[in-house]
Amino acid sequence: MSDLIRLSAADLAAKLASGEVSSVEATQAHLDRIAAVDGAVHAFLHVNDAALESAADVDRRRAAGEELGPLAGVPIAIKDVLVTTGMPSTSGSRILEGWIPPYDATPVRKVREAGMVPLGKTNMDEFAMGSSTEHSAYGPTHNPWDLERIPGGSGGGSAAAVAAFEAPLALGSDTGGSIRQPAHVTGTVGTKPTYGGVSRYGSIALASSLDQVGPVSRTVLDAALLHDVIAGHDPHDQTSIPDPWPSMAEAVRNADVSGLRIGVVKELDSDGFQSGVRQRFHEALELLAANGAEIVEVGAPNFEYAIAAYYLILPAEASSNLAKFDSVRFGLRVVPEGGGTVEEVMAATREAGFGPEVKRRIILGTYALSAGYYDAYYGSAQKVRTLVQQDFASAFDRVDVLATPTAPTTAFRLGEKLDDPLAMYLNDVATIPANLAGVPGISVPAGLAPEDGLPVGVQFLAPAREDARLYNVGGALEHLLVDRWGGPILSQAPDLSTHELMATEEGVV
Amino acid sequence: MSEISAEQVAHLANLARIALTEEEIEHLTTELGQIMQAVEQVSEVATSDVAATSHPIPLHNPLREDVPSDVLTVDQVLSGAPEHDGTRFVVSAILGEEQ
Repeated sequence: MSDLIRLSAADLAAKLASGEVSSVEATQAHLDRIAAVDGAVHAFLHVNDAALESAADVDRRRAAGEELGPLAGVPIAIKDVLVTTGMPSTSGSRILEGWIPPYDATPVRKVREAGMVPLGKTNMDEFAMGSSTEHSAYGPTHNPWDLERIPGGSGGGSAAAVAAFEAPLALGSDTGGSIRQPAHVTGTVGTKPTYGGVSRYGSIALASSLDQVGPVSRTVLDAALLHDVIAGHDPHDQTSIPDPWPSMAEAVRNADVSGLRIGVVKELDSDGFQSGVRQRFHEALELLAANGAEIVEVGAPNFEYAIAAYYLILPAEASSNLAKFDSVRFGLRVVPEGGGTVEEVMAATREAGFGPEVKRRIILGTYALSAGYYDAYYGSAQKVRTLVQQDFASAFDRVDVLATPTAPTTAFRLGEKLDDPLAMYLNDVATIPANLAGVPGISVPAGLAPEDGLPVGVQFLAPAREDARLYNVGGALEHLLVDRWGGPILSQAPDLSTHELMATEEGVV
Repeated sequence: MSEISAEQVAHLANLARIALTEEEIEHLTTELGQIMQAVEQVSEVATSDVAATSHPIPLHNPLREDVPSDVLTVDQVLSGAPEHDGTRFVVSAILGEEQ
């Protein structure tokens, strides 16, 4: 395995800037890795055939003395929820199979303008509905730590790509934990920025009041560098925050937790969490305390209603957002036998093009919004949203950041929860409150659960617009843990080279 | 409140324009009942004195100058359509024979 693919994005960027390595070499190394292991991992739905061309262009610009951004020439994987020119964008759905959008999503435009090299599009649960990527219409992604297990979801493809060294960085989107929970189960880093911090323009909407695009990486500094590239006001997104942002990378470089007040949400530190998840969580807190942080217990009594509110608000917004898949403007069209009216064509198309989870949530959302039920369901859920915000506000009166385990368990086996939607929904218990309140969150590796040897993440949450606090505490914890472990957590991940070998023997490469 | 019938699911599927099969309707009827029962607990705390939140970060009517911005061309807009005539999307009949 090439050493280039094991570098952090920051280290690779330094080698690119010094001229030690070219972007073409770095990109080729990652394309080789994808060819070798993606048959087993299935993180990618599409590999960009223009990647080397983009890399060569950056190399030319650098050689010509052009001033380039800090991540110029670094390859990046892009979650398929983001629309891209020149690459199909399906959001994991059959209904958009083969669709090549006529424009770039704003975060994609920004990474291209930063000179970064898109490697391809990553797998996800269909329209980001799920916690395991098993709801992708194109088959699941496999967790690089154990190929029989889920990589999290919905952004399992982005997290697995980064964990399997197929890309140093990726873009994700997080509606109820789709960046943070995959980071937790794959030993990687993922941030959901403050709602409105990153433009949603060109992100195929799941639930518009909850969705947020963010960075996926192996180190906290890399996430911060990518966050700095994609954040900022965008007139194309009416919910985009107009204020400027401080540098997240600076927050990591100056990380210091002395005097930092960290609140532990007691409702999310319970028996409902796997013992090894809680153990690593508490060890992380002890380490932070030993380095000057003050650990305080805080209550958030309304968090227990967050999942219920989420599974009313999300389907309601999704049922409305997904109405655009009408067989007229883009994507699939299925004409019933013998023809039909435009409505019949629409219904046949949506029946054939949507998977079971998408149908389930559209029907649920249609019900929650229907006459006579609106106040009881959607209206009540919006009130819970206020209560969750109030819990955050009173907690942040007392502490600077909150800490929780990112998810209740380590990666479960593929298929284990597929037939039990309610059990699947419980994966998001710790991540959903942030989306309801619009506050930012990060998941950082906390170690491996002793009972199964699988990765565990710790989640930090900060008040809205205080994303830099996450990078401060996340950067500090990572530094302390990597010292303790004697290297990054992913150096303990199984070697996928046996799969490389098998793929070569079978003639896949 | 959470009693959901197969007829209701069929009606919802019609509203949502999804031609669900009988089998799917049957399956979804059971599942929706279970899910609604679980999410109904929001009503325990959503009392009349609590205001509703529709948007997490308060922003007020972002406006811009009324001038054309960078919009897509007609060709770009039509590029992904299942059927078009070069200037417009083509769809099948709006009304059926009985309408």
